Amino acid sequence: MAPVIELEGLGVRFWQRNILQDLRCTLSGRAIGLLGPNGAGKSTLINTLLGFYPVASGTARVYGYDIRTQTKQIRSLTGYMPEIDCFIAHMTAVSFIRMMGELSGLPSSAALERAHEVLFYVGLGEARYRKLGTYSLGMRQLAKLAQAIVHGPKLVILDEPTNGLDPPGRQRMIRLIHEMRDSGELQILLCSHLLRDVEETCDEVLILKAGRQVHYANLEEERRTNKRFLELETTGNDAGFAEAVENLGCACAVTSAKRMKVVLPESFVMRDLYRLAEERNIQIRRLNYRRDSLEDIFLKAMENANGRS
Amino acid sequence: MAVHKRSYRGYSGQLTPLWSRCLIITRYAFKNVFQWKLLISFFVACFIFPLSCAVFIYVNHNMRLLSMFGISSLLNVDPGFFFHFLRVQGTLGFILTALVGPGLVSPDLANNALPLYFCRPLSRASYVAGKMLVLVSLLSLITWVPGLLLFLLQSILAGGSWIQANLWLAPNIFLGSGIEILVFSMLALALSAWIKRKLAAGAALLAVFFFGAGLGQAANAVLATHEGGLLNLGELINTVQAHLFRQPWRSAISGGSAWTMLLAVSAFCLWLLARKVRAYEVVRG
Repeated sequence: MAPVIELEGLGVRFWQRNILQDLRCTLSGRAIGLLGPNGAGKSTLINTLLGFYPVASGTARVYGYDIRTQTKQIRSLTGYMPEIDCFIAHMTAVSFIRMMGELSGLPSSAALERAHEVLFYVGLGEARYRKLGTYSLGMRQLAKLAQAIVHGPKLVILDEPTNGLDPPGRQRMIRLIHEMRDSGELQILLCSHLLRDVEETCDEVLILKAGRQVHYANLEEERRTNKRFLELETTGNDAGFAEAVENLGCACAVTSAKRMKVVLPESFVMRDLYRLAEERNIQIRRLNYRRDSLEDIFLKAMENANGRS
Repeated sequence: MAVHKRSYRGYSGQLTPLWSRCLIITRYAFKNVFQWKLLISFFVACFIFPLSCAVFIYVNHNMRLLSMFGISSLLNVDPGFFFHFLRVQGTLGFILTALVGPGLVSPDLANNALPLYFCRPLSRASYVAGKMLVLVSLLSLITWVPGLLLFLLQSILAGGSWIQANLWLAPNIFLGSGIEILVFSMLALALSAWIKRKLAAGAALLAVFFFGAGLGQAANAVLATHEGGLLNLGELINTVQAHLFRQPWRSAISGGSAWTMLLAVSAFCLWLLARKVRAYEVVRG
């Protein structure tokens, strides 16, 4: 897949303070997650990609366009849902979305048509003639999403899209993100500090801490490899069991006398493990397919970052 | 696609040219401005004086009507006439600016809407130009446009010799109004950008003119100088216009100083706008 975002030693500095430092990465997933604790620089990265903040060092490209010199082209291809509450209180949702569509380049009639469509799409169809100032927080989040997609962008940047939403509201937002991603018409850059949101929607993740890149993970690949990972707890006294398991083509790590972690090869058949246990009179008391969750990946990345700093 | 088919689809239709985007800002701002009936009434009232002047010019050249009243001439249409016309319309323009200007940028700032504008292919300059166009067009419609129409009417009715003698007035009508419109618009936009509350921004605009005048006079009295007049924007505009229309004007400020000060005020307002009109403010931490 062609790269969406290429970070080439990107650095951002405000008043002698480094906010982002030497970010280097190529992101090309359908849905890319930007993760990090509060203050990690996620929103700053997004704002820099959109040309809101000046670049101090290096550069970045969005669909091949340089953020230093081709901001207009980048903005033509992107839709942006900011984290902060932003709207124009005295406008109705439909006229607000229409105006945003027109500002993105849609002719007036097309913008009106699309405004109705996207408002129905995000679930605000019945409330589209209400003034935005009267909307609840959840509705305003959906209106922000609607304005971000009204012009049919190639890339939608969502900054904390589930902020302040109740569980049904969050589910609806996640479902919309899923649908947009699966439509294949656009790619998504999702910035969040909520691991669950990113895990549920993204196939690629960049983890930041204190303005530095601490980990990059292709979640699709991680999921695939982690499926072949077992945690075993056994009873019976056979020191050679681990060795025998390794003879089946597995990589084995004994964590205690009765526990081991087994990384399974592609061709592994589970029946062989049971047979081996029976032959050696070993009881398998617990057997877990364990996959590294995003939380594990995130915590590991944070630990590594702490170790380095 | 019908709205009931709730699935996401991209857009592959035509796009409007980039240069036209600022006019969208203007169109929506106009729509908002003209929702206020009081403002529409005031705007219409601003045309009463130009219409009266047109009637006077017509009557002035209608010998039959004049002879009915037993007079040979109603008024002398000379540079002074146009100077006073612009002074009256300028005052109305200032009130119009105070009514319209504060509501142009401040609601966008109060609602944090600027990132939504600037994440699109719309520059900050286009945004300001779009907002400014509202004031410029409204003020133009009540100042130099009727001024030039009156000039045209007088030219048609008075004939060749009057045109020959007064042709220099036409660009000066435009220039005199132009500097006034520029200062009013820039000041209103800058205050609207820095003061989030519409009412407060309107009050600040009045304060700049009236307190400025008072402060200038106080400075003149305390420091025994005449340079305090530089703080009086109304006086500066009048000085420039008197200079352009070759009218006697009792002012201690020279035409050149008045021009320079007005342009400096406009430049300062532009700098204020550049500081404030941006997607996100970076706060020194």
